Amino acid sequence: MKNAALLLAVATFSAHAADYVAVHGGTFASVLPADDKAADVNIAPYRLRSEPVTNAEFLAFVTAHPQWRRTQTARVFAEQRYLAHWSDDVTLGSNAAPDQPVVQVSWFAAQAFCENEGARLPTWNEWEFAAAADATRGDARKDPAWREAMLAWYARPNQTLANIGGVPNVYGARDLQGLIWEWVDDFNALLVASDSRDQNDPDRLKFCGAGALNLRDRENYAVLMRVAMLSSLKAADTTANLGFRCAKPGN
Amino acid sequence: MFRHAMFGVLLAFCGTATVFGAELPGDSIYRLPVALVDQDGRGFSLADRGGKPQLVSMFYTSCQYVCPLIVETMKKTQRALPDADRAKLQVLLVSFDPTRDTPQRLHEVYAERHLDKSSWTLARTETPSVRKLAAVLDIQYRALANGEVNHSTALVLLDAQGRIVARTDKLGEIDPDFVAAVQSALRTR
Repeated sequence: MKNAALLLAVATFSAHAADYVAVHGGTFASVLPADDKAADVNIAPYRLRSEPVTNAEFLAFVTAHPQWRRTQTARVFAEQRYLAHWSDDVTLGSNAAPDQPVVQVSWFAAQAFCENEGARLPTWNEWEFAAAADATRGDARKDPAWREAMLAWYARPNQTLANIGGVPNVYGARDLQGLIWEWVDDFNALLVASDSRDQNDPDRLKFCGAGALNLRDRENYAVLMRVAMLSSLKAADTTANLGFRCAKPGN
Repeated sequence: MFRHAMFGVLLAFCGTATVFGAELPGDSIYRLPVALVDQDGRGFSLADRGGKPQLVSMFYTSCQYVCPLIVETMKKTQRALPDADRAKLQVLLVSFDPTRDTPQRLHEVYAERHLDKSSWTLARTETPSVRKLAAVLDIQYRALANGEVNHSTALVLLDAQGRIVARTDKLGEIDPDFVAAVQSALRTR
């Protein structure tokens, strides 16, 4: 009975509506080819949270779901630094402003948040597709200025996290660049061999199928740095500038 | 099957995970609610595997090269154990490819590979759970457009409570350190 009541409370809570914007998807030249050689990927239409999930939103989630509180989450789902910058289990405190994106969250915690609002984390391709846009173009990746801006952000050390609310891109999504790194659903799909320069000699013993991932558009360091960072993570890991947003399939 | 899915849901919401009534350690992968189905169509959860050490890995049956090698390496690891130890070790292989790896398909492969009924389980789960299971096992995989699955390989040893106590990526031959870890886990009760 207690469980039924809890489930009911959970269902009621998740009624709050976050803002999702429609992204049409389509054929896309991902840095990670669909066949691990050169093929474009096909991305079905989806909706993406317009902004990263904030501290305030994540606080509401852990308040309603005690098993995701800092001291109550099993280590297998989140390492020790999970939400370490908050004051306590259910208080943000002076190091975590309500409108800052939540960081120090594991993949499991991010996934649980998204599932609670009927969503999931975006796939790498969904994230990459939306993040290729700027305020006026659907794909700004070939523009040296776009790449420079992103690399300049990577190079700035130890910056204080800004609040969400950057300039929206053509889909109305904000802060895909220049604020945080973001978890994706298939973060553990980004297999990059320690040395993938020799693409004709895949280490077949290590990687079943077509061998280690081949990268396309290698001069696009701005995007490839994201792949490298995500592929280095374990699902329980957290970092001081790694947050997330959610996505839903369909229009 | 339905009962196991419900169990998973309750597990997820209540956060109390147990094996045979005992609270699971915080670092036990058995805390992950995964609804699995084996080669005979029987539903089970990860936590149902508790009580005995397990050798766990992931594979898919249409894989021509590495996956048969995973099965062979697991068999070799079993054979490297003294008889008394071997009987205490369970082996679980979960598919990356739930679309093609139906229980029937797993059943066929089970027979083709002459797997030992007293220790082996081949299983599938739904796609979101495949991703989560790979995540707790720290195995990377990526489905390619041509139906192949590109994946890293690891044999993972779980203790009776579902904690990862050893792993190896050595394939085709026995990893002596790993076999030693298996023996040590089997003798720790």
